[in-house]
Amino acid sequence: MKNAKPETGSFFQRDRTWHPPVLTPLYKTSVTRSPQRAPISFANTLSEITGPTFDHEILGALDNDLTLNFARPGESAIGPRIIVYGRVLDERGIGLPNVLVEFWQANAGGRYRHKKDGYLAPLDPNFGGCGRAITDEEGNYSFRTVMPGPYPWPNGPNDWRPAHIHFSVFGHGFVQRLITQMYFEGDPMIWQCPIVGTIPDRAAVEGLIAALDMAATVPMDARAYKFDLVLRGRRSTLFENRMEGN
Amino acid sequence: MVQQLGRLKESASQTAGPYVHIGLTPNFCGIAGVYPEDLGTRLVGEKTRGERVRIEMRVIDGTGTPLKDVLVETWQADADGLYNSPSETRGAADPHFPGWARIASDMETGLLAFDTVKPGRVPFPDGRMMAPHISLWIVARGINLGLATRLYFSDEEEANAEDPVLTRLEHQNRVPTLIATRRDDTYTFDIHLQGDKETVFFDI
Repeated sequence: MKNAKPETGSFFQRDRTWHPPVLTPLYKTSVTRSPQRAPISFANTLSEITGPTFDHEILGALDNDLTLNFARPGESAIGPRIIVYGRVLDERGIGLPNVLVEFWQANAGGRYRHKKDGYLAPLDPNFGGCGRAITDEEGNYSFRTVMPGPYPWPNGPNDWRPAHIHFSVFGHGFVQRLITQMYFEGDPMIWQCPIVGTIPDRAAVEGLIAALDMAATVPMDARAYKFDLVLRGRRSTLFENRMEGN
Repeated sequence: MVQQLGRLKESASQTAGPYVHIGLTPNFCGIAGVYPEDLGTRLVGEKTRGERVRIEMRVIDGTGTPLKDVLVETWQADADGLYNSPSETRGAADPHFPGWARIASDMETGLLAFDTVKPGRVPFPDGRMMAPHISLWIVARGINLGLATRLYFSDEEEANAEDPVLTRLEHQNRVPTLIATRRDDTYTFDIHLQGDKETVFFDI
């Protein structure tokens, strides 16, 4: 197994021309929540190289099935049934084992189970909207859910979010920590959205769009979308380990 | 032309949005019965070694208003300065201290409060000792990429004065933005996202 020995190298620096900048005025809330001074850099220390890990034992049997994990016995959530699956890799292309992936989303009508969401589309009594998984030895994860609906939000006078699922991923070092959003292939709302529009590079947006994967569907049950997540890579620790294997 | 390095690009960040609690602290926002408890809510147990302290933080926007929908994760060493991580090579950390916490702000007041132990000192790569500190990662609606900063302690003046990260800041008048104020067993720490009192954030 590639990662049998924990890695202790420092991380590749973030490409801040690829990520959204802090100030993106068309996404209005960023205006008062964006630092105006430059962030300060320093070499990774142990505080950045290390990070929490999570035991598979924390997972309940339905944690990766949003169609059932909030549903009453014998019932399930309403909406197009889908499987979302993929790998968590780092920038070297190495699958990252044992990393916690958490996801949350609106229901099929675009309504979140959150007291601050006042959208008139109704809640689904059988849908909570949260799930989690821990990657296997090759970095794979998967979950079942229903396809979320688009929803309006008070930004511009007529802004709608594309259908999306929020993802939170850990990696192995605290500075690999990432939150992002997954979009769905072919959704015309993607290119209208001010939050998607915070990302300057079209290729970076395309990296967040999951492809419909008919080969991974379960016939007569659920279609599948494939969504890989890439976290920061890290340097080999040539001076601390034997040269071989680097 | 030369060979391609063949590296992938990191997935681009997106805001956590206003409903981050659904995914990361579902019990906190009233989604009961999916997980037995929210992750990262208990750092300290009876057997944890070290000095118990309470930390109360607020994250404040450019208008002076506390964020009521912010979520902060913390990462710190144990009382002996060891991290509970597979990448920690100097020794075994306190098994009763995970080192990681996740705190959602109070939805009415914006207060972020948690109980922990004061971390020990950890070396900088060149061997000099850093002052005790907690790494913070801040996400919220309106924040496009999680913000990284550190919390240092006001009663560690000597260690702070020689800390390799604090001493290298060009604008030394910004160092106080990284230092939490102690009163009894409680430290208070206001994080200003923007403006004259802006907290130092890191690109690390």
